[in-house]
Amino acid sequence: MAAGAAPRPARRGGRREGGSNGPRREAAPGLVSVMESVEAVARTLLSFGRLSRGLPFGRAHGLSSRDPLLPLAPRSQENADPQRTAFLLRKQWTLYSVTPLYRFSNAHLRDYARLLSAFIAAEKQKGLAVEVGVELDIKVAVSSLPYLKGSDQDQAAILVQLSSRSPASPKNSEEKLIWSGWFCCVSGDNLSKNVPEDFTCLPLFLVNGAECYTSIVGSWFQKTFDCSFRRLAISPLILSWMAAMWTGCKVDKTASAMELVFSVPCLPQPLDISYAIHPEDAKALWDTVQKTPGEIIQEEVDVFMDCLYSHFHRHFRIHLSATKLVKVSTAIASAHCDGIIKVRF
Amino acid sequence: MQRRQSFKTQKQPLQVHHKNQTDLSAWRKGGRIDPEKNVQNHQSPNNQKNDSKQGSLEQALSYFEKVQDRVSLKKNSVLQKHLTTVESIGLQSGLPPEAFDVLLNVALSGKLADTVNTRLLKSLLPASVIPETSVVSSVSWLCVSKCSGNIQLLFLRWLIAVFDFIDHKEQLHALYGFFFSFLQDEKMCPYVCHLLYLLTRKETGEYIQLYEMEYHFISYSGMQSHLQALLSLYKLYCPELVTITLPGKMKTYFKNSEGPWKAGINTVRRRNQENSPVFQPLFLGTAQPQSRKRKWNTQLIIPASSTNTNNLEEDKKKNRVDLYSMSESFRVEQLQTFSQLLQNIHHLEFPSQMGSVLTNPLLLHYMNCIKDESIYLRLYYWMGQTLQEECTWCALDNNQDEEEFKDFLETVYKTECFLQEGFSSCEEFLYKSLPLWDGFCCRSQILRLVSWIPLGSFSEIKSHLYDPLAQFFFTSSLYFKCSILECLKELLQNWLNWHVIHLDSESDSQVHSSNTTHSELLNEVAELIHFVGWISTVALRLENNPTFLLYFILDFYETACDMYLRYNLPLLIMPPAGVFYPALLSMDSVTLNQLCYIMYRYRTNLVAAKENELSKKEMVQFRFSNQTYQEYNQYITAMVGCLWTSSVFQKDIHPQGLRMDDELLKKTAVQEFKNSFNIVYHPAMMGYAVLFLQQAWPDDTTFNFSLIKGKKWNWYLEYLYAHGLKGLKVFIESSINRVSQASHSKAGNVQV
Repeated sequence: MAAGAAPRPARRGGRREGGSNGPRREAAPGLVSVMESVEAVARTLLSFGRLSRGLPFGRAHGLSSRDPLLPLAPRSQENADPQRTAFLLRKQWTLYSVTPLYRFSNAHLRDYARLLSAFIAAEKQKGLAVEVGVELDIKVAVSSLPYLKGSDQDQAAILVQLSSRSPASPKNSEEKLIWSGWFCCVSGDNLSKNVPEDFTCLPLFLVNGAECYTSIVGSWFQKTFDCSFRRLAISPLILSWMAAMWTGCKVDKTASAMELVFSVPCLPQPLDISYAIHPEDAKALWDTVQKTPGEIIQEEVDVFMDCLYSHFHRHFRIHLSATKLVKVSTAIASAHCDGIIKVRF
Repeated sequence: MQRRQSFKTQKQPLQVHHKNQTDLSAWRKGGRIDPEKNVQNHQSPNNQKNDSKQGSLEQALSYFEKVQDRVSLKKNSVLQKHLTTVESIGLQSGLPPEAFDVLLNVALSGKLADTVNTRLLKSLLPASVIPETSVVSSVSWLCVSKCSGNIQLLFLRWLIAVFDFIDHKEQLHALYGFFFSFLQDEKMCPYVCHLLYLLTRKETGEYIQLYEMEYHFISYSGMQSHLQALLSLYKLYCPELVTITLPGKMKTYFKNSEGPWKAGINTVRRRNQENSPVFQPLFLGTAQPQSRKRKWNTQLIIPASSTNTNNLEEDKKKNRVDLYSMSESFRVEQLQTFSQLLQNIHHLEFPSQMGSVLTNPLLLHYMNCIKDESIYLRLYYWMGQTLQEECTWCALDNNQDEEEFKDFLETVYKTECFLQEGFSSCEEFLYKSLPLWDGFCCRSQILRLVSWIPLGSFSEIKSHLYDPLAQFFFTSSLYFKCSILECLKELLQNWLNWHVIHLDSESDSQVHSSNTTHSELLNEVAELIHFVGWISTVALRLENNPTFLLYFILDFYETACDMYLRYNLPLLIMPPAGVFYPALLSMDSVTLNQLCYIMYRYRTNLVAAKENELSKKEMVQFRFSNQTYQEYNQYITAMVGCLWTSSVFQKDIHPQGLRMDDELLKKTAVQEFKNSFNIVYHPAMMGYAVLFLQQAWPDDTTFNFSLIKGKKWNWYLEYLYAHGLKGLKVFIESSINRVSQASHSKAGNVQV
């Protein structure tokens, strides 16, 4: 709720550029603000869907109606090899926002892998907690995912994978993937143009794997590219948006139920309310709400949710609108307000 | 803390500021340069607050230095007293480096009972660092076994716990063999293993005794995790020397030996991090000692200044195409003194994480003379993210540490003072967080940051700053109101200073900003002054004109009335009537005096503006509308009529002024109403008049004020001036043309 109400940050005018001698400092136009924007998450999720199956929207309206969401035709369809994107699916991803990377270059991905691998080895041996023998041998791969981006101007996504080679077994044994994370740019057209020289804008970081590796990899990126990571929360507004969006997608009949989880505020003990809806019912409701196929507007999302709320109230006498939506789970994907998402298809 | 003293939190006047900034000796970092200085540095912060504490610590130290025989703790109150002193200082603020030699000596020499030794060891926490020499001498005590086994163990545990705070480790490394020999001791073995683990380095040849250890290891029954950990380290460094196969999948840990020092050590770490960014260990990743706190990325830690060692060769080549490329770059870790900075300024590398400059004044100096936008961008991104993440009232999860956030805001504020410039990330943070702020949390820090909002940055400052501030202002206590006024005064001063510097640099570089830009800046300043005028008027009504509030309001106008002459800004805005009249009719001479001074400065500024207008005809078209002159003239008429000519009720022409019909005045039944606000009868001045009468006519007890006239009037004026009413003095001397003493009722030339 707060996210919607927060004022837009200062867009700095170019007023001071003339006198570069004076106390200066023209900051880049509200980059941080955009990174905070949870819209990015919605977009990424759409990108997911697009890669895997192609959502049935021609276009959709963003949260602010002047800011249309990405056109959903895949940008580089020819490259979007389902095999190569498969790793993104059926995994739980934790979302972080990242400030622009300083002096990051796509030309040095191999070197980065080497340095990061050395850093991980050093970190693992440091400190009081000692892990002996095992897991020192961690292989790092850093690669580019050129087909994963929101628009042509966007920077290609960067994938970081850690896999372990057990020293006990010989080299030919299979490497086990233990951690993966990827940086991507989902900000749309207008932002990528404004990235200042020497900076690379990959504002969203998605992580799957143990926190200790996230910590090490994150620290290395922080030190190397002077960036900073922040957990990205998803507001209830965005969650309701996702609920509507995913409801509209055609799924197999055997698909699992749509589930909305609400948390009741101001109670001594946490109390969660789970609200499961048959996917076909939800779809039917959504179809009556949606005016133009292929387009979603905030009003429709509100109506959709209000219908669900009043239905619930009729049966249980509980006003869900007074609670906080914390999780949305559908056959397509699920998203939690703590910034954790999972795409099933 | 030394740094803290040097930071300037006052920016007025600028000259003083520069003086501070070039106080180079202040930037010398204590610690490595020379031991005497070191000691001095560590003591200095305490000196101000805890002189007595410091004294008692010195007494305790000299006591422990001299203590000879075994003294019983129970019977000896002197020992008890000194022991308590050491404990309390050690645990609260940490002990100075020179204390360790004495205390370790006494604790390990076995002179005193074990209970005393234990308590001493447990309180041995450093204020900053522990000198290596004292550790080395205590190891020699360990070798002669004067103390009991328990004390030996405790000492080892202490050594492990404080390992990071030992200033050098070279000599300690030389003692590697000694520690190794302690491996034989069954009880000490786990701790010695841990210590060796910390001491072992790849490059030194410390593996000669490995075979012995292996022998020891094999002969030992069972797998000891600590030995195994040490062996695995050896095996990592010298795989050819360690022949034993270590078990594959097994995690081993050293016993946590931080034990009794844990809390204290965390405090020391935080303190060190604050004070001495160069030495501060980098707490990131899983080995984070302050694990009480949430997630890896959200610790509020200003990164250490370290050179980016991950620079790739290609990058380096690319970067060195510039003029200074011949020499090697100078690493930030080596940067300790200002002279080093000057010598290496052409090839100094910036730290890998720009956030670290916040705690490094030398780098801030460097930053000030570097024109690389990317530096500011890096800082901007990092700070924006950190502020947002750590903000205790904005973040979604409410487990942020308020104290920590306060310290961070404080650091940011000091950096802004140092650079004499606000950060735009901070500005954005304020706009976003003020509407959600409770007005209480980190109040002084937030208000200080408000005072550094840059000028001319954001056109919608009204809705983002003034609106929320006005809400807080009207709904809060008198004290908070004054704080807000104070912070807005600082904001105005910072803007004006910025403007002056900006003008200078513009004329230097021959770049003239367009008139529209200039008028936008003027508009923004004008908006601020109007805002303060508005909230002041309302507040004076709400609070019923308290002197305290008036003081802060007039303090603001002391800056506002001088903008043209002092800051070369062609803008003057008179206070609203809601401020002027309460000040004029105030019961307090301080307020009246302040008002007189302000009106005098307005006059000086307006006269100067008019002269410039007549002579040069340039740069005056901006704001000096006739309305300003008109307002000034109305006020001055009222003031002179009030204080001097006793004609205010007739002559005041301000619509909200004191003009009143004689009929109405007669109904008040006040005799002599005409002169009831002149400098004799004015409620703020009557006290002086009474004292003056007592001195001039000691025998007269009737308090006949009408005696003050003619020559006595002048005496009275001199009397007032002598009592510190300088504002009144400059006002009367400038605004009232006293043609002759006899006709003092005639005030000429008051209008400009």
